[in-house]
Amino acid sequence: MQKALEQVFDGLRPRFEKGGPLEWAWPMFEGAETFFLTPGEHTHKGVHVRDHMDMKRLMILVLYALLPTILIGWWNIGMQAYAAEGVVATPVEALLRGGVAMLPIIITSYTAGGIAELVFCIVRKHEINEGFLVTAMLFPLTLPPSIPLWMVAMGIVFGVVIGKEVFGGVGMNILNPALTARAFVFFTYPAFISGAKVWDAGGQGNSHIVSDLFGYGAPAVEGYTGATPLLAAASGEPGADAVALVEANGWSYMDMFVGTIPGSMGEVSALGALLGALFLIATGIASWRIMVGCVAGAVAMAAVLNGVAGPESVSMMSLPPHYHLVMGGFAFGTVFMATDPVSSANTQTGRLIYGFLIGVLVVLIRVVNPAYPEGMMLAILFMNVFAPLIDYFVVRRTTRRRAARLAAAA
Amino acid sequence: MVEAYISLALKSIFVENILLAYFLGMCSFLAVSKKVETAIGLGAAVTFVLTITAPVNWALNEFLLKDGALAWAGLPEIDLSFLQFITFIAVIAAMVQLVEMIIDRYSPALYAALGIFLPLIAVNCSILGTSLFLVEREYDLGESLVFGFSSGLGWALAIISMAAIRYKLRYSHVPSGLRGLGITMLTTGLMAIAFMAFAGIQL
Repeated sequence: MQKALEQVFDGLRPRFEKGGPLEWAWPMFEGAETFFLTPGEHTHKGVHVRDHMDMKRLMILVLYALLPTILIGWWNIGMQAYAAEGVVATPVEALLRGGVAMLPIIITSYTAGGIAELVFCIVRKHEINEGFLVTAMLFPLTLPPSIPLWMVAMGIVFGVVIGKEVFGGVGMNILNPALTARAFVFFTYPAFISGAKVWDAGGQGNSHIVSDLFGYGAPAVEGYTGATPLLAAASGEPGADAVALVEANGWSYMDMFVGTIPGSMGEVSALGALLGALFLIATGIASWRIMVGCVAGAVAMAAVLNGVAGPESVSMMSLPPHYHLVMGGFAFGTVFMATDPVSSANTQTGRLIYGFLIGVLVVLIRVVNPAYPEGMMLAILFMNVFAPLIDYFVVRRTTRRRAARLAAAA
Repeated sequence: MVEAYISLALKSIFVENILLAYFLGMCSFLAVSKKVETAIGLGAAVTFVLTITAPVNWALNEFLLKDGALAWAGLPEIDLSFLQFITFIAVIAAMVQLVEMIIDRYSPALYAALGIFLPLIAVNCSILGTSLFLVEREYDLGESLVFGFSSGLGWALAIISMAAIRYKLRYSHVPSGLRGLGITMLTTGLMAIAFMAFAGIQL
């Protein structure tokens, strides 16, 4: 199998190499080759010890870490769609129904984003980077299952082009491209990505496309309204108990931890994100400092707000810290978005500060800002903006301390 | 009372950042954000000028310019508000001269680094904008002082973080047509999206 593939690629290579008729499409050839075969590159001069963990393996491992999140989200979409119709479904039925809603979105994201990426690679003559595989998977996971496909396409193209490629590609961008894409869709079409009507995949959205094509999964209920736990907790009268508001909808803490709640496709399960986090930390891909910082920041801020909550304050203020950790996109964002090695802080101390401030900001936005029930996306984007500044001050402090030590030693 | 001042300050730093929500003061923001030290210096200078001009302009408007302001002199029917712009600009220009002399005296390095942009603070839109906003929003003296100071802090925050981002951008491979100002403008837009985190907060 591998031999055959190698023969195919070796046969095609001369056409794409310099001087060949298809020279302009070299990134396309190179991308396809590295996708199927290990890159055959080696160092040209001298001896270098190279880590086996190249960019390709790193990005593939991130996708493995996403698997639990994807699978639980996938199954949950189906469960929620059946629950909206009042049907108790078997897991297999739920998976089928969820796939009908989820797969078109993921395929659209990969196709539209891939075309944008490919065009840029050909025009700018750089190689296709595996980082795109992660971006185009993270973006759909932050969307509600009923999002129209053309918005998915538009969002991912914006994220890839404005969020990443205008800066020169992977590793050179300022903001997380997947979150840039989501922020673009969020501010352009808020009604399709937040509120109480978008979380049911059955009633509206892309099931129509699939049911028209294959005659399967036709929606039984139109316009089903169901809030997310965060929306439910925020919707009480001043002074109301947020936990009681959540439980009134039938969601226990365990439900929210496992992820059997309405929400964006990938954000519902704190369990899935936790499994992913363990995998990412064990393989050394994501920084545990950022994750620890996020959790510490959120817990600290929520505890402070719990302390000052009075009978007049908004209901979200009384939500205990451990609820903040499993609701909304906190777990998903902490594990997969905040730890993006490009847009986060790059110094070790800086990572702790960066994570801590994300945690503080998420809780602040959730509680204080009535415009958004969820704040994870904006908190991470906001700290992405300040990550270089944090790094700058951390580096300056270190160099000054060392200079002082040197001066003392001399 | 103090609570109201704090919420006004937070509002003008984060929620209605003079640069990233109103896009005032863009020219020096784009031009002097190449180094963090210089950005900190200019940020401090703008904050200083704003803190002085806001209450001075408030007083001038309150006791000289606005309709019926001259009642204390026995001339209640006189309306000098058509002089608002020119008076405000004159005050700002005078204050900038003052700052220039102070910086030249105490930090010649910063003076040299800021160069032409120091006198150009006089035409920095964020400063005139702040004076006009405080008239429009009918702030009192204390509020004008807090508003001027925190608008300056918000502007400084934006330009300092931009300077740090531009350090990072040096390693980017930006398309040739976008190098320099183009990518800086795009980055400013993305920063403004991130600052939307606070939009809608009622303080």
